[in-house]
Amino acid sequence: MFEIFGIPSNALFGQLLIGLINGSFYALLSLGLAVIFGMLNIINFSHGAQYMLGAFAAYLLLQYSGLGYWPALIVAPILVGITGVLVERLFLQWLYKLDHLYGLLLTFGLALIFEGVTRNYFGSAGLPYTVPDSLRGGQNLGFMFLPNYRAWVIVASLTICFGTWFVIERTRLGAYLRAATENPALVRAFGINVPLMITLTYGFGVALAAYAGVRAAPIYNVSPQMGSELIIVVFAVVVIGGMGSILGAIVTGFGLGVIEGLTKVFFPEASNTMIFVIMAIVLLVRPAGLFGRRA
Amino acid sequence: MRKTLGLAALAAVLVCGSANAQQINVKIGVLTDMSSLYADIGGPGSVAAAKLAVADFTKDHPNVKVDLIIGDHQNKPDVGSNIANQWLDVDKVDLIIDTPNSGVALAVSQVAANKNGLFIVSGAASSDLTGTKCNANTIHWTYDTWMLSNGTASAMVKTGGDSWFFLTADYAFGYALERDASAVVEKNGGKVLGKVRTPLNTNDFSSFLLQAQSSKAKVIGLANAGGDTINSIKQAAEFGIVKGGQSLAGLLVFASDIAALGLPTAQGLVLTETWYWDMNDANRAWKKRWDVERNAPGKLPTMIHAGVYSGITHFLKARLAMGPGAVDNKAVVKKMEEMPTDDILFGKGSIRADGHKIHPAYLFEVKKPEESKYPGDIYKLRATIPADQAWRPLSEGNCPLVKG
Repeated sequence: MFEIFGIPSNALFGQLLIGLINGSFYALLSLGLAVIFGMLNIINFSHGAQYMLGAFAAYLLLQYSGLGYWPALIVAPILVGITGVLVERLFLQWLYKLDHLYGLLLTFGLALIFEGVTRNYFGSAGLPYTVPDSLRGGQNLGFMFLPNYRAWVIVASLTICFGTWFVIERTRLGAYLRAATENPALVRAFGINVPLMITLTYGFGVALAAYAGVRAAPIYNVSPQMGSELIIVVFAVVVIGGMGSILGAIVTGFGLGVIEGLTKVFFPEASNTMIFVIMAIVLLVRPAGLFGRRA
Repeated sequence: MRKTLGLAALAAVLVCGSANAQQINVKIGVLTDMSSLYADIGGPGSVAAAKLAVADFTKDHPNVKVDLIIGDHQNKPDVGSNIANQWLDVDKVDLIIDTPNSGVALAVSQVAANKNGLFIVSGAASSDLTGTKCNANTIHWTYDTWMLSNGTASAMVKTGGDSWFFLTADYAFGYALERDASAVVEKNGGKVLGKVRTPLNTNDFSSFLLQAQSSKAKVIGLANAGGDTINSIKQAAEFGIVKGGQSLAGLLVFASDIAALGLPTAQGLVLTETWYWDMNDANRAWKKRWDVERNAPGKLPTMIHAGVYSGITHFLKARLAMGPGAVDNKAVVKKMEEMPTDDILFGKGSIRADGHKIHPAYLFEVKKPEESKYPGDIYKLRATIPADQAWRPLSEGNCPLVKG
């Protein structure tokens, strides 16, 4: 066994893997944000709250209709996605022509309302949710103990991330979407229902957040403030990757997870700050982000 | 004529005097976190407990009239001290009680000292409140960091957990817990193998847990609170820490945290509390009434709530003994220290010269899911720590009120 900077190599491999797993949460959440910003030009500040709603939906489904983790993984994002569609129809659709600030304020307000309402009904301590039986236990990889659930998290996340990227960048539907963002009037002239497409895109972005929330429920505390703690980091990821860049969000999410993981070994106190240091540097050198296009 | 006037005046004095003797007006302010992180350990539950205390006392003593007001400090020391200032200056509040969050409690304690108010802390943990930062206007009621780490750490070391690794929340409270617990571990012949400082509100502890795992320490001490504790316990279960032979020691865990974790995850955790609802009939009966007042199914009363009830009860007793009219709050504190405490929840106890309430503490273990027979049945008692051993010795706190 060899050492790298005084840390045994197998410990380091373990930390890299952990970083990758955390990165997959960042990637999934920032992916939703990037899709929404890229297609709707809305800075969705309620993304963290919608992630939290996903976790709460999973809990409620289990409590009141006996639906376990696997069905919840599909049902909860659909339910929360529907609330997203309502939000878009009722509020957001009036804001596209205005400054970004309006969308940001509206979604921030919504986030506060979602959090306040859940806290009122469920308190602040959190709710119990356990790892599904089929994914209990773990594998001994030699250099670390890898819980089965974490392995599943990383596989599922990669699949969803790649799938979304593929749909938007490589399919006809994605082409319509991208075209509709560039020039909605022209795309409409071709007989495509642009407002419907935009609504569904927002619903999809929200559903992605809820999906991440369901996956987080077994390992993180399910509490009303779980989203607001994470969302700031996720915004930093999106800014570093370049606002609206889907590939950027995915790559940066995983990359920053790894960097954060390494910080936790070498300088644990700074692990929450590291991402923002990187953000500041990136903004100085490349104001549009690593993968962003200059406006 | 002069005689009649004199008699009338005398009569008036007598009438007023007897009216005063009957009526004692007191205003109590519950200053707590109503809507954020600590709303379940204090918050609305503390308000419910305060209402019960007032109802019980005024039933037996109808000549005492209590006004109860509520303040939400939002976990911000500036908001907390603003409310305390206003309560003391404008609203003439006689007692400020509860106040989870050590930062806010230390600030409010300072306000109480400067304005000669009276402050009973039930919700906050820092042992500095009766240590270097103690004052003649503050009483610390329910628990503190020294008691928690002493109870849990010495019990763990005595049962074989003699090597420790700490996950410490990276701020003053975490350091205090880690410092107090390390001292206890080493005093009992154990060793501290390492520690890692985790930023406040960390979502993912797996990295730190791996470090703890590879340290091969027998006990992993969690010197953190709230969401950090819940996340670290949840993920420790996932990484098979307890199954792998290491134990977890929660240095600050409340019944409400166990409810949030669920027994399958929390089972086997060892922790110290000073009050548990299912320990005796009096507590169970009180919980029934608290449930009605709180009106939130599934919530458990915590030791903080019980402390609010007990603190208000003792304050009202002292206030009654001092009779009507204006009183000096330092004198009320003195009176409370002179009178032995006795109530249905904590039994008999006393208050020390440094302002610390003294009662036994209990070492609990979280039950396995199959051992739990009804909702809220979460602890089994492992040991009782007598009142004279549970708390930091008076001489070691460096409280300026304690001479020599």
